[in-house]
Amino acid sequence: MSTPQPPMPQQAAAAPNWQAAPGASYTSPIPVTRTHIGHALTSEWTKIKSVRSTMWTLGIFLLLVIGIGFLVAAQTTNEDFSDVPYTIPAFFGLMLGQICLITLGVLVVSSEYGTGMIRTTFTASPQRHRVLAAKLIIFFAVAFVVSAFSIALVGMMTSGMHGGSSDVSWGGSVIMGALYVSLLGALALAVGSMLRHSAGAITTMLGVVLVPAIMPAFLMMSDSMRTIGEKMQEYNAPNALARIFQLDTESGHGGAQLGLLAGVTAAAIIGAFVLLERRDV
Amino acid sequence: MIEAVGLTKRYGAKTAVYNLSFQVRPGAVTGFLGPNGSGKSTTMRMILGLDNPTSGHVTIGGFPYRKLPNAPRQVGALLDAKAVHGGRHARNHLLCLAQLSGIPARRVDEVLGVVGLQDVARKRSKGFSLGMGQRLGIAAALLGDPQVLLFDEPVNGLDPEGILWVRNLMKSLAAEGRTVFVSSHLMSEMALTADHLIVIGRGQLLADMNIKDFISHNSADFARVRTPDTEPQQREKLTAALTEAGGQVLPEQDGALRVTGLPLPRISDLAHSADVRLWELSPHQASLEEAYMRMTQGAVDYRSTIDQKAGLQQELPPGAVPQPQMPVAGQGQPGWYAPPPPQQGGQPFSMPQGQPGPYGAPAGGAPGPYGAPSAPAGADANPYAQSAPQAPAQAPAQPPAAPAVPVAPAAAPDLTKPEDAR
Repeated sequence: MSTPQPPMPQQAAAAPNWQAAPGASYTSPIPVTRTHIGHALTSEWTKIKSVRSTMWTLGIFLLLVIGIGFLVAAQTTNEDFSDVPYTIPAFFGLMLGQICLITLGVLVVSSEYGTGMIRTTFTASPQRHRVLAAKLIIFFAVAFVVSAFSIALVGMMTSGMHGGSSDVSWGGSVIMGALYVSLLGALALAVGSMLRHSAGAITTMLGVVLVPAIMPAFLMMSDSMRTIGEKMQEYNAPNALARIFQLDTESGHGGAQLGLLAGVTAAAIIGAFVLLERRDV
Repeated sequence: MIEAVGLTKRYGAKTAVYNLSFQVRPGAVTGFLGPNGSGKSTTMRMILGLDNPTSGHVTIGGFPYRKLPNAPRQVGALLDAKAVHGGRHARNHLLCLAQLSGIPARRVDEVLGVVGLQDVARKRSKGFSLGMGQRLGIAAALLGDPQVLLFDEPVNGLDPEGILWVRNLMKSLAAEGRTVFVSSHLMSEMALTADHLIVIGRGQLLADMNIKDFISHNSADFARVRTPDTEPQQREKLTAALTEAGGQVLPEQDGALRVTGLPLPRISDLAHSADVRLWELSPHQASLEEAYMRMTQGAVDYRSTIDQKAGLQQELPPGAVPQPQMPVAGQGQPGWYAPPPPQQGGQPFSMPQGQPGPYGAPAGGAPGPYGAPSAPAGADANPYAQSAPQAPAQAPAQPPAAPAVPVAPAAAPDLTKPEDAR
């Protein structure tokens, strides 16, 4: 600065070092760090905990799973748990609660598109894949911890109320159940990233969850569609959760259903990453 | 340093930006001007790697934006003031951006102080006014203390204090050797802030030059001279004297004279020696707005038309005179900034001598240079009437003159025979 202007108070307070660069180009006194996924993770953690939609969706999820679980546990007798795990009351809450996780998964990414925040984000981190990866990791971790906690709480509650009546181990159903609904949420996040529209993505995800549960009733009517209908019935989301919680023990413990969901989610995530790099923001 | 080479962006059949090449140099504020829809924001988004150009490329410091190591530490941008999640506190919004680029959290509080938002740091940005949103956007741009800064319409919605602050901020940022690239529609603001201008229209480069050159290339300075309204013969005398001395004189609508080609003291001397009193002798500096309007008038996509209210008005009783509708300046009139651009019709204010131009002012002291424009029947000879074809028929040829001239209206039509008029 050849002609020092009277510095404005705000400027002087904020950047005393600005005056020290007479050269043609400016170098910041703040050290430049090399960014990596860790920076994106802390950023996404700040983002997810600083909006109300997270508190609302997770709050309602906890209320549904724990509340409905408690009511179911209170309405059942010790004999009902003779050959099923104690976590079974959580199943009924999860049937509704999964919609909360789907909503949160979609909102984590599509709210940025809706508000225009995504342009600010991608200006701050032109490595777009890093942002999406961080979003997926943070969301999945939050969803898994919250759902595992609520299922485990219901399991402990039920075992306290109906102590000694069941000898089925229920640890696996906590992990698998939490994994299933969290994967559903991650799928919703990938769909939200591809569709970039909150309402559209949530509707799509509700279709993914509900249509395979409803369609078999119609498909079973015709012989040619019967096999498709049976597969749909076997692999739809409510049925998958029912198997994970061993409502119906003779046809497996939901491993195949979980595998299918993991496959679909992986495909959607790959699609989201490809589109993210290619499209204009 | 921002460098664009052959930048082109097409959205389907619409070409938003076509073959745009320019450089934005450090150490100066470069203004980025253009009418609505001319491709300014698209260009800004391409610079920031948000949109991929259809062809061509743009680099910052030699790198495409998305290849820059830690881009936010080198480039800060304000694209859209409302590009924030409204449910997040101002501080958390900046904090998540700072964390993304490894900037220490205390820098967030610094920039909040710089833009004056420290008191609303923990308020959700949904409730922010447009001006507060702009300040938050500027804070985000300054967060990385970057070498290159892009601002799209930074003063939108700011209060006068904020506008002054932004102006000084831009200048001080440039004075530190940073590259500052600002788009704006406020010409008066741009004239005060920018050193260099890049003007685009319909996605193509119209001008890339120093702001002073831009104004002088696209407009002409003149002196406004007014003789006593009560004595029209003095005006003629002065016109003859000025024309003889080599100046070009043009009548203005309200009776004043536009003089080009003579310095102010010389005009005063000539008036004195011709024994003409002057009511006004003022220099008129062409403004950036005029220069810009003249340059871009052919490239404006969205132009307003006169509100006809056709079929919505009640049938007037027979004999009633409809209210004359005064056109708003510039509305529905492509030629409001009347003088044609230099490349089309020559210098508008320096017509060759002796050649009767469109203004009907032949050189050499013809008996009545003002006869034609002021005669009631000769309305088509009035350059201003010509340039305003939509002017309603009821409006006289010199509408603004009517309230301004307190003398009897008979004096105006017969300027050629003033003795008879009184």
